Amino acid sequence: MLSIEFFYGLAGVLLLANGVLTALDRAHPRRWPTALFWSLYGLLFLVGGWLPAKLSGALVLAMGLLGGLNLVKSRLQGELDQARRDQGAERLGAKLFWPALAIPGITLVGALGFPWLAGQGLVWVAPKSATLISLGLACLIAFALACRLTRESPLQGLKENARLMDAIGWALLLPQMLATLGILFAHAGIGNAVAALVGQVLPEGVRFWAIVAYAVGMALFTMIMGNAFAAFPVITAGVGIPFLVNQYHGDAAVMAAIGMFSGYCGTLLTPMAANFNMVPAALLELDDRNAVIKAQVPTALLLLTANIALLWWLL
Amino acid sequence: MDAVSYWPLLGVAVIIIGFGLRANPLLVVTLAGVVTGLAAALPFGDILKALGEGFTHTRTLSLILVLPLAVIGLLERSGLREQAGRWIAGFKQISAGRLMALYLLLRELSAALGLTSLGGHPQMVRPLLAPMAEGAAGRVLGPLSDAERQRLRAMAAATDNVGLFFGEDIFVAFGAVLLMHSFLKENGIDVEPLHIAFWGIPTALCALLIHGCRVLYLDRQLARARAALQEAPRA
Repeated sequence: MLSIEFFYGLAGVLLLANGVLTALDRAHPRRWPTALFWSLYGLLFLVGGWLPAKLSGALVLAMGLLGGLNLVKSRLQGELDQARRDQGAERLGAKLFWPALAIPGITLVGALGFPWLAGQGLVWVAPKSATLISLGLACLIAFALACRLTRESPLQGLKENARLMDAIGWALLLPQMLATLGILFAHAGIGNAVAALVGQVLPEGVRFWAIVAYAVGMALFTMIMGNAFAAFPVITAGVGIPFLVNQYHGDAAVMAAIGMFSGYCGTLLTPMAANFNMVPAALLELDDRNAVIKAQVPTALLLLTANIALLWWLL
Repeated sequence: MDAVSYWPLLGVAVIIIGFGLRANPLLVVTLAGVVTGLAAALPFGDILKALGEGFTHTRTLSLILVLPLAVIGLLERSGLREQAGRWIAGFKQISAGRLMALYLLLRELSAALGLTSLGGHPQMVRPLLAPMAEGAAGRVLGPLSDAERQRLRAMAAATDNVGLFFGEDIFVAFGAVLLMHSFLKENGIDVEPLHIAFWGIPTALCALLIHGCRVLYLDRQLARARAALQEAPRA
């Protein structure tokens, strides 16, 4: 049975390879700290499951400081040869799309196919991570297709992988650090403190303000946590259930659905939602790392207003 | 009777101040974690343990970003982005805004069917959607300026996010719906997951409408900004 651990190992090898390539690059502006960052990252992926949690925590802290103190830089490499790329586009044409589209295509087939096979008694992959394993397999197959199509060696693929990882840089670690912070926040009881604060400032007996407090509170707390899943239980327990459901007898399904979506409006507005807002800015090589958030501000604010109106009508 | 401790809010304060000062987000988040742990009177060893366990449990977040990169990188070296731009520029009816509106619709529909992995920034936005939007805009406007490129790319990333977020909660088996269901149940309120998914539809439609209008309006905004720029030297 294929498990997700195999792909953690694969990602670990890719990360470690970037560390080695960095260490070999004499022209690198921050050679050693950058090589250390990527090597630790790869190491934690490879053996993180077996290391004592305290030790891996210390390594994570070291990575956070290396990246946080701007010691992790990307290689000084010239942009890829434009003539070469135009030539490739000329020669290969629409065929170039096939490996790229194979990734979502094969993922889809696997995500639907493996659970079906399991239902027939053929448990080939760990059922809980069928989609992720399918994505991993899809990437492996697409990689073979891409190598064949472009007549490049797998080693060149490793270098291209390192080039794109470099473009993302330390921001690659951010989603995981934020998720970890969320766990720490929950552990420290931040939710209770926030709910208690909101409960204290809420004017009593006005349905409209309770609705606004719920929707806006969800968006704001999501902005702080970077994740609507973390904000939902806190704000729903602190404001939603006591006020909207118990006091004003609102429909709990309406409250929950629109409340979670109000949280998603917050997700669009915060650098804390790193994998949606900060990583794409790095990946698309935008000069302003908040450019994606800025593009989302009008949508998020209009949608939050729409959510308040919907709660007012439907609750 | 007030057993709520407000000390851990120091961690939240670190985040707000850090982002206010525009400090490196990774540094802010790392410090906020340590401060929160200390404010909650956790021993330092326990904070390290939480960091280590947190990292190990959230490895999938990096996994989905890392795995497609080698494929995309190889294809880019052979001109994938150039081809995406050229290909779309051959369709006279497709503007950058219409392309993004179409992508928004497809992304939201596929997410609503539970197919959340059909899009994404590494495998769709960077290699395909953003270059196609640039190609379509370039067909109308001529060679794009750097600022115009950046604006199109940011909007392409935003469109992927909006489509994903506001589609996925309509799918009953999606984690968010089940999370809401089980949380309400723990608090003594029993609601069918189907009802929660159903009441997500009005917001999903609003998201389609609001962001759809914004991306369609982008064509006109770009053309107008270009016209203003060309007027300026003459005036």
